[in-house]
Amino acid sequence: WLRCRNHSEWFDYEMARSVKCCGCRQCNISFSSIVLFIVLSVGGEDQPDVSVVLSAYSQQGDPSLYQVYYSGLKKFIESVLDCHRAELSQLFYPLFVHMYLELVYNNHESEAKAFFEKFSGDQECYYQDDLRVLSGLTKKEHMKGNETLLDFRTSKFVLRISRDSYQLLKRHLQERQNNQIWNIIQEHLYIDIFDGMPRSKSQIDSMSGSLAGEARREANKAKVFYGLLKEPEIEVPLDDEDEEAENEEGKPKKKKPKKDSMGSKSKKQDPNAPQQNRIPLPELKDSDKLDKIMYMKEATKRIRLGPETLPSICFYTFLNVYQGLTAVDFTDDSSLIAGGFADSTVRVWSVTPKKLRKVKSAADLSLIDKESDDVLERIMDEKTASESKILYGHSGPVYGVSFSPDRNYLLSSSEDGTVRLWSLQTFTCLVAYKGHNYPVWDTQFSPYGYYFVSGGHDRVARLWATDHYQPLRMFAGHLGDITCTRFHPNSNYVATGSADRTIRLWDVLNGHCVRVFTGHKGPIHSLAFSPNGKYLASGSTDGRVLLWDLGHGLMIGELKGHTDTVYALKFSRDGEILASGSMDNTVRLWDAFKAFDDVETDDFTAATGHIHLPDNSQELLLGTYLTKATPVIHLHFTRRNLLLAAGSYNSQ
Amino acid sequence: MAEERRQKQCSVVLPTESMKAMAESVGVGQLQEDSCVALSEEVSYRIKEIAQDALKFMHHGKRRKLTTSDIDHALKLKNVEPLYGFQSQEFIPFRFASGGGRELHFYEEKEVDLSDIINTPLPRVPLDVSLKATKEQQKKESTEPLKAVKPGQEEEGSIQAKGQSATSAEVKGKEKLRMKPRSTHELSVEQQLYYKEITEACVGSCEAKRAEALQSIATDPGLYQMLPRFSTFISEGVRVNVVQNNLALLIYLMRMVKALMDNPTLYLEKYLHELLPAVVTCIVSKQLCLRPDVDNHWALRDFAARLMAQSCKTFSTTTNNIQSRITKTFTKAWLDDKTQWTTRYGCIAGLSELGADVIKTLIIPRLAVEGARIKAVMEGPVVSNIDKIGADHVQSLLLKHCASVVAKMRPAPDVMEQYRADFGYLGPMLCSHVVKARAQAALQAQTVNRTTLTITQPRPSLSVSQSGGVGGSGGPRTPSIIKVPSSLTLMSTRPATPTQPSPPATKYIVMATSAGAASTQQVITLSSSQSGSPVTSTVPSGSTSLQPLVKLESGGGTVAGSRPLQKYIVVSLPSSSSSSSSLEHKGGTTATSPVTIETSVKSERSESPATHTHSPH
Repeated sequence: WLRCRNHSEWFDYEMARSVKCCGCRQCNISFSSIVLFIVLSVGGEDQPDVSVVLSAYSQQGDPSLYQVYYSGLKKFIESVLDCHRAELSQLFYPLFVHMYLELVYNNHESEAKAFFEKFSGDQECYYQDDLRVLSGLTKKEHMKGNETLLDFRTSKFVLRISRDSYQLLKRHLQERQNNQIWNIIQEHLYIDIFDGMPRSKSQIDSMSGSLAGEARREANKAKVFYGLLKEPEIEVPLDDEDEEAENEEGKPKKKKPKKDSMGSKSKKQDPNAPQQNRIPLPELKDSDKLDKIMYMKEATKRIRLGPETLPSICFYTFLNVYQGLTAVDFTDDSSLIAGGFADSTVRVWSVTPKKLRKVKSAADLSLIDKESDDVLERIMDEKTASESKILYGHSGPVYGVSFSPDRNYLLSSSEDGTVRLWSLQTFTCLVAYKGHNYPVWDTQFSPYGYYFVSGGHDRVARLWATDHYQPLRMFAGHLGDITCTRFHPNSNYVATGSADRTIRLWDVLNGHCVRVFTGHKGPIHSLAFSPNGKYLASGSTDGRVLLWDLGHGLMIGELKGHTDTVYALKFSRDGEILASGSMDNTVRLWDAFKAFDDVETDDFTAATGHIHLPDNSQELLLGTYLTKATPVIHLHFTRRNLLLAAGSYNSQ
Repeated sequence: MAEERRQKQCSVVLPTESMKAMAESVGVGQLQEDSCVALSEEVSYRIKEIAQDALKFMHHGKRRKLTTSDIDHALKLKNVEPLYGFQSQEFIPFRFASGGGRELHFYEEKEVDLSDIINTPLPRVPLDVSLKATKEQQKKESTEPLKAVKPGQEEEGSIQAKGQSATSAEVKGKEKLRMKPRSTHELSVEQQLYYKEITEACVGSCEAKRAEALQSIATDPGLYQMLPRFSTFISEGVRVNVVQNNLALLIYLMRMVKALMDNPTLYLEKYLHELLPAVVTCIVSKQLCLRPDVDNHWALRDFAARLMAQSCKTFSTTTNNIQSRITKTFTKAWLDDKTQWTTRYGCIAGLSELGADVIKTLIIPRLAVEGARIKAVMEGPVVSNIDKIGADHVQSLLLKHCASVVAKMRPAPDVMEQYRADFGYLGPMLCSHVVKARAQAALQAQTVNRTTLTITQPRPSLSVSQSGGVGGSGGPRTPSIIKVPSSLTLMSTRPATPTQPSPPATKYIVMATSAGAASTQQVITLSSSQSGSPVTSTVPSGSTSLQPLVKLESGGGTVAGSRPLQKYIVVSLPSSSSSSSSLEHKGGTTATSPVTIETSVKSERSESPATHTHSPH
């Protein structure tokens, strides 16, 4: 018995090692039984069209010749002119994958293995994650239910190649009668041919890396109304209020607030802005108006940031969470912090002296004089006042939290597949939105409230309205988990980042995908729109932050500096500074103004889409701030441009 | 290298023996080789799949470490039941063993006895999640104390330009948002050295150093940063030494408290919660020394009681109510019939030091009762020597403190019988004390009555120093030197601070000075019983500035057996003026000192024969 045991433990160890090989050295997994896995292999997964998809591989070629074909092509590509070589090199990866899969599908296991071993080293390093998946896949049976594989199959790998290079390739393949490769190119690849200069290696590298190649050109042609909505008639009370206030205080500042509020917002309709009622938005309530007025007032006291005036940073450290903090959000006015935890709880803290109070029970409420002026104060139960509240309800780690703009609600998304809406008046759960059956990685409220978006492991982002228990829109198209979701400031668009290393922008009105951004080399874990709605910043596990121009659908900047996953991105209130927070325990500040300014002048790039990124990360980096051992997982600029950061202290 | 790794990834498959072993473990006996191969490949693939999914959960959990719960979630994702109850917090729980030419890693599952689990005390409740705000202000001086900033309240002025140069590795000043903790600053290296020196000197064996250290504590203006450490040092020290009955160290610690209180630049309010319990312990503890019948722990109690009175006077406010709380504590302990004499003594001492009013309202009404109790011990059948000594001390204490108060309360003619009627057993004695007190009050109208001085070098150390012959070269008598904090020489009829009551020999900390070098003038001789010879610590002769002297002089010979009444002569002179005269004094065996004090109480106590004999064993 003891021997048996030891064997099984040996097995455990092997597994632990294989996991180690996957890149996490200190992981401490272990399995105590293998029965489960056997069951798994029998059960498989119910993917409807797997066999259909896979049948494309049924064509037979001589398996032993695959290596010859591939190395022949390799030789050819290496021999062509430099300017074409970079472009044609893009072919290596998709061809390699498809040839390998074909071998596997046709049960040429040993050939497949040899093929993989021989050529996997040639592939670009950013495909390593996918190669790892492929490496484990050695049998036809494995192909059923493998998601990565399905992604390869269901979507054609997109390559952008100049016409000259393409002709060169075509001629070569026809000369050699290399049908095997030609077939693959025909069937599984989508070659987007453009006229003009072939792209350089760096240009190609900056755009590639996604699971299914680059975005097709036409995918980014749709018009995006990235302008901001006009602020509705709130200014009138604002000015009144302000004048009253100013008159009390004295005259000196009288003109300033007016100018600011008039200048920055809604003088006339922005030509790039969507129509005011393109998406029906909730009516403003009196309390919302009051809040807007507060916002305006605060905004007048805002510090203008720039390379010379960097923001102060206030760090909120979560202590004693034992690595359990998974999500953080601040309210817009920075009065509350919500944290999602691995133990399924959501906690809300008040960071102002004002404590959190519940509304009294119904019985008590009926006793209140509803006509009194301080009725809002009276309905609160003073006995329940505390600095923090815990919300129980989820049954799995909470991966996303988001406050509603009016601070009355809180959304949380969890591993249990639900998104929950909590009332911050009663501190109870109001709704559990069920739709994602798999973990929901992120959720966010629209900047105007009412709508919210969620995305998760099922690769579908859903748009919800708080009063509907079913989603209003489903945004399908990503080939990997949707890891983060963000609303555009005008609430007409939703951006989603995915584990397939692409970012997509969806139109809320019709559910179309209007932008696909490729270029990240790892799953995207953070997104941020610039306050003017023109730009998008994204951060991924590779530690890079990329900047995108929504109007043109272009990558316009790359910020290198972080050494680990970027979990938090935020633009300052005026958009001059981009703050990024990462797992590498740093907050970095970037000169966003300069980053956008440098690129906008270049017309050629806008026309062709072939950007040439300046490598100016070091110039754009304004500051790096280290924490002791606290990964930064959320960033927030207060209305006065103080930077708030949050993370949990990690004692190891 | 990357290639190597990749190839490895490709080829890692579980060995077929593992399959067999696992099959056996679930009851499948004969597994064919082919099935083993097929299984192992399948299983390896699935495991990799699970591991890759688990990584996803790790990333979303914002961690760097894969946990078992990630695996569970990944299993759940595949519609497989997770492995319940398998948790491992920090490490890979595999044990390693080698045998039969192979290395084995196995998971050790110990048999756990449920009753053990039930009986073990509950572990500490893990701390709850809390939030802490830290401000990174855009200033270069990051060490300056930062202001807690509440969002929405930040000032415009708080944001300042910051150069690129200060970007890397900025140390953050951490600060709590709402509750400001008692600030314990990092001490500089110099301060740490100072702290070490001071604390060692205070509890060390060298009286000269101690005096110096105490004076430093009492006068140095820059100690506030070390205050938390001092207070912890004292409270911890008392806690430990009370248990070990180390009278000497307790006394030293109390003297530290005194010195801290004397320092005008220190604000002790915040540290009273540590200091006061320590002081109270020294007042009322049942046992403070190893030999309660002989050691003079009474003096410590007296001294601590005075400290307590002083702190009550200084720090008691309407909010903290120290005085009333302390009074209550003392009274309660005193009223209890079962309280031992030692504690009883401490309570009375503590109360009476609080002033005449307290004596009047709390002690005098109980004199009769207390008298009866004392009588029972003194005149009744001998219970134990300790009780008797205790009662004796309580009696003299009561008489001493009450006399002056009674003298003020009652009109002049003191009639013995009347006193007996009013105060019972203690009446007559009280009467005579009152008479004396009245006479003294008239006489000593202008005697300054301050409590400082601290010399009651008990005899044993004297006799030892002679018998051991240490310092023989230095002259007939080794002068012990104690530096008195202030240059004033003060006298007090009260028992002064006890310095060295026959100390338990084991507890001495010998300072890093050469022992036995008796050539220098300042030799302090302490008894140390293990060695049988006195440990002598020498003050480096370079430090001549601290040469105030204390001379010991005995009325008769200093033969150990004869036990004469001793006179303690205390000289403390400003170092500049006295150096010559002190040398003179040293030359003669019996020096004529400027001031001579006879501490009556001391000598009285030293009468108990065994008290001060130094016993080497």
